[in-house]
Amino acid sequence: MKKLSARRRHPLAAVVVLLLALAATGGLYAAFAPAGKAQADETAQSLAIDEGKKLYAVGCASCHGTGGQGTSDGPSLVGVGAAAVDFQVATGRMPAATSQGAQVPRKKNIYTQAQIDQLAAYIASLGAGPSVPTEEQYGPEGADIAKGGELFRNNCAQCHNFTGKGGALTKGKYAPTLEGVNPKHIYEAMQTGPQNMPSFPDTTLSEQNKKDIIAYLNAVNSDETETPGGMELGGIGPVAEGLFGWIFGLGTLIAIAVWVAARTAKAKKS
Amino acid sequence: MSTNDSTQSRARGKAPAGERVADWADGRLGIYSLAKANMRKIFPDHWSFMLGEVCLYSFLIIILTGVYLTLFFHPSMNEVEYHGSYIPMQGQLMSEAYKSTLDISFDVRGGLLIRQIHHWAAIVFLAGMFVHMMRVFFTGAFRKPREINWLFGFLLFVLGMFTGFTGYSLPDDLLSGTGVRFTQGAILSVPIVGTYISMFLFGGEFPGDDFVARFYSIHILLLPGIMLGLVVAHLILVFYHKHTQFAGPGKSNKNVVGMPLLPVYMAKAGGFFFLVFGVIAVLAGIATVNPIWALGPYRPDMVSTGAQPDWYMGFAEGLVRAMPGWEINLWGHTLVLGVFVPLVLFGVFLAAIAVYPFIESWITGDKREHHILDRPRNAPTRTALGVAWITAYMIMLIGGGNDIVATHFHLSINAVTWFVRIGFFVGPVIAFVVTKRICLGLQRRDKDKVLHGRETGTIKRLPHGEYIEVHEPLSQASLHSLTAHEQYAPAEIGPTVDENGVERKVKGSQKLRAKLSKAYFGEDAQIPKPTVEEYKEITSGHGHH
Amino acid sequence: MSSQDIPEENLPAAQDTGHGALGVADEKHPFADPGLPPHEPRIQDIDERAAKRSERTVALLFTVSMLATIGFIASFVAIPHDKSIYVFTLGHINAMNFALGLTLGVALFCIGAGAVHWGRTLMSDHELVQERHPIEAPADVRAQVFEDFRQGAKESQLGRRKLIRNTMFGAMAMVPLSGVVLLRDLGPLPEDKLRHTLWRKGKLIVNMNTNEPLRPSDVAVGSLTFAKPEGLEEHDHGFQNEIAKAALMLVRIQPEDIKDKRELEWSHEGIVAYSKICTHVGCPISLYEQQTHHVLCPCHQSTFDLSDGARVIFGPAGHPLPQLRIGVNDEGYLEALGDFEEPVGPAFWERG
Repeated sequence: MKKLSARRRHPLAAVVVLLLALAATGGLYAAFAPAGKAQADETAQSLAIDEGKKLYAVGCASCHGTGGQGTSDGPSLVGVGAAAVDFQVATGRMPAATSQGAQVPRKKNIYTQAQIDQLAAYIASLGAGPSVPTEEQYGPEGADIAKGGELFRNNCAQCHNFTGKGGALTKGKYAPTLEGVNPKHIYEAMQTGPQNMPSFPDTTLSEQNKKDIIAYLNAVNSDETETPGGMELGGIGPVAEGLFGWIFGLGTLIAIAVWVAARTAKAKKS
Repeated sequence: MSTNDSTQSRARGKAPAGERVADWADGRLGIYSLAKANMRKIFPDHWSFMLGEVCLYSFLIIILTGVYLTLFFHPSMNEVEYHGSYIPMQGQLMSEAYKSTLDISFDVRGGLLIRQIHHWAAIVFLAGMFVHMMRVFFTGAFRKPREINWLFGFLLFVLGMFTGFTGYSLPDDLLSGTGVRFTQGAILSVPIVGTYISMFLFGGEFPGDDFVARFYSIHILLLPGIMLGLVVAHLILVFYHKHTQFAGPGKSNKNVVGMPLLPVYMAKAGGFFFLVFGVIAVLAGIATVNPIWALGPYRPDMVSTGAQPDWYMGFAEGLVRAMPGWEINLWGHTLVLGVFVPLVLFGVFLAAIAVYPFIESWITGDKREHHILDRPRNAPTRTALGVAWITAYMIMLIGGGNDIVATHFHLSINAVTWFVRIGFFVGPVIAFVVTKRICLGLQRRDKDKVLHGRETGTIKRLPHGEYIEVHEPLSQASLHSLTAHEQYAPAEIGPTVDENGVERKVKGSQKLRAKLSKAYFGEDAQIPKPTVEEYKEITSGHGHH
Repeated sequence: MSSQDIPEENLPAAQDTGHGALGVADEKHPFADPGLPPHEPRIQDIDERAAKRSERTVALLFTVSMLATIGFIASFVAIPHDKSIYVFTLGHINAMNFALGLTLGVALFCIGAGAVHWGRTLMSDHELVQERHPIEAPADVRAQVFEDFRQGAKESQLGRRKLIRNTMFGAMAMVPLSGVVLLRDLGPLPEDKLRHTLWRKGKLIVNMNTNEPLRPSDVAVGSLTFAKPEGLEEHDHGFQNEIAKAALMLVRIQPEDIKDKRELEWSHEGIVAYSKICTHVGCPISLYEQQTHHVLCPCHQSTFDLSDGARVIFGPAGHPLPQLRIGVNDEGYLEALGDFEEPVGPAFWERG
């Protein structure tokens, strides 16, 4: 029960009790179904899968089906791999709100990394898919920033803008800004192609390519990125520049013109 | 001979050095007669009369900074590898044009500032011209004798747009290259000659090796040369016509009231140049414009979202974005209406405002000179037409940035596009009707003010208990200013039969003009000015109101 | 444009009826012009201390300008040109650009502000009146000009000697033709250049990112890959021109989801290859939505359905993206089975 109270802030807290009962049933099933595989794995791994399965039953199963087979409300998760889970849950996209607009937005993540890893372990156990990248894969060592820039402009900028500020897609969908996104999640997004984003598997965008892209993004779109010319104005190009020029350029000049042309105050008539 | 004598005697005497130099110049250039006419030339004071100066000064700033930039810019499309100081481009293949622009931004001290002053000044220049043109439009300053100067100004605006376009295309970066690609695609859509023009402009297939060098000579020589000539002509005409002024006490169509060029306008206008330059320099010091290093070198197979032109090309971009994809294929030829129609509309839409003065003078049939400005409310139809034009322009400007609008207001890009498509037709109509009503309302208010005086806000109790608000009668000066405007009577076709009962031939153009004239000056289009009788009746009659 | 059929009385009365500055009321101008109001002095005109204050303000502004110019030169010399500083709200910006911009701005602005303040507070603010004169020349001048012109024209004998006139006009009309002819070598004729790309039968499809030829197994469902024809390298002269036409976009769609019959025929196991160049005005279209199979152009929002023969479903493009017919060679690599069947990129008159 301690665990339950710790999760009071969960938006679905009201149904947690009910779902826990369901999870207990599912857990029983889980103990037998993947038995052959679990025996081969290390105990820790199978424990993680068990825990993940419980979490899955609570937070995910209503849309993705009790065995991850998918329902009309959510796609099948068989074979999406641990990387997809880590991306979707850690960026707060999953679990999604029951009613959503054109696409599921990024929001505050409600799981701990340990829980996410358990969920990921469970989903990975359903079918082979990309695994969560290691720091060595997405870290800055050995990356070619300039090459990353070229790759970014070829593969990513068309949706995410020159420096990853985001942009519009059809019918209200959008490519989100990449500002402040964990390099690991960028790597996972390229691997797995979340929502409408196409995937860029290692066969077409090599591991080194992905590393370069992340290094480039870190160089041009991080808190430390220098914008030599001054205010960045959102980094979205001429629309913002035009507005700024009209309001602060011409606006200031007109205000000054009013002063230049105004009559000087007259002395009071005595 | 006598002039000669006097010059010599002046020279022999101990005239101050300044005077001697002036004498020397006058003997060769005749500067005295020029100075006599202009040194104490009168200019009226109004903030909106300084909009043209904003344009003139930003144009000068652009020329000054542009000359500096030519010292460092290499207008070449030769492929080079970058090894300058900007890390995220190390080893990248790029054109020399792009590389030299990176060098100006990162390795030439102060180069970035000058580049940004140049670009910000261009944005302000075009914005200033737009607002200046609207000021001239809404006050009727384009009327005789200033129609030609209106056209000069219009040409400056259009040439400014293309100078800007060729300018921001020079760095050969990914954003501007996309714009050049668009231009090439638009050229291809021109029936019959499109492919030929494209091949000739780009020296072959797109992008080729030539366009930067060709745009360069267009940008720094051809267009600014023409513009400089037009600016000089524009200014000469302003001096020659003398400035317009708003109606007011002592101001008539036959005089000009204000301060002399020397010294007041020397100080104010000269000072304003420095103010404009100062503001733009600060702008360039604190705000990035066109960060080409973030955009990358141009590659025809790469693109970024949010691909927009600078603001002054935005409405053309909007036309292209809003147009449905019509294409007619007949007899082995393709008519690309989806691109060609916006291209034509772009010209027609701009030309509409350019020819307006001639249309209006045809409708009024007025051949007299006009030096007193209209208040926009006193020309409701013209004002409403102008606002309708601006509305269409602005809606297309929104259309040009529909993706940015969509992401920033969380809308569907398709919905924004549909809004623009419908708004382009509906918006101006609504704007026309609303503006005209507002103008007439303001005219009514002016009339009330003339007849009943100004509301003072003081409430007075009359002996028999009634409360009234005290209205203070206007001064003679205000009465005059509020009633100084002209009111045309609508043109009539006259009887359709002559005195002998024979049917008179009425040309279609006459009928059209009578109709338009009625729309401009008919009963629904202006509030008659108060007459002296009305005024007397009210003021002398019952004492209060 | 003639206006003679507009009766005079339709025109409003002239704004100045010639009664001098002090106009007289009439029917059309009910309230007579009272004339320029009397000049009122400013504080500076009557109080020398106020005038002194103005003088000091102007002098101070000019002095600040001088200091700012010194600051500009000092910044130029002293600040390393690649030094970055953090300025609140502006972000991490280049220190030199910031310092130069502000000092130059202040130096210029203060000159302007000083001059204007001087003009506004110390120079005379008496309003002056200047008369306008009609621009049109008086009738006698007009007559004289026409007379002179007629005289000159007559003396030239241009009207009388038709042979001179006609040959002169002919010569003048023809001489600019040389200039037109000179423009011929600006570029080649279009011929069929816009119809062909580098793609040929048997050309391998090379991944843009890795520069390796692609195998079918490399292209996963839901992925997006950009490719170029084998043998085209970034360092090649003419790379830009060729890639502008040959750029290719590969996606894999479940074959049962492909609605267009020809598209399915031209695909390989659901891998379809489309031109990356938008058929509207040539932007590299590539905003692929893997769930809807829609691809959006970032320039003008033309939207194509890649699962339905790249049919246009929104926006200003006039026809589908051209598809490249692909297959697999003996070694198991993806290859083109020919060039595009239609011209890629924007439509043009001869496209047909």
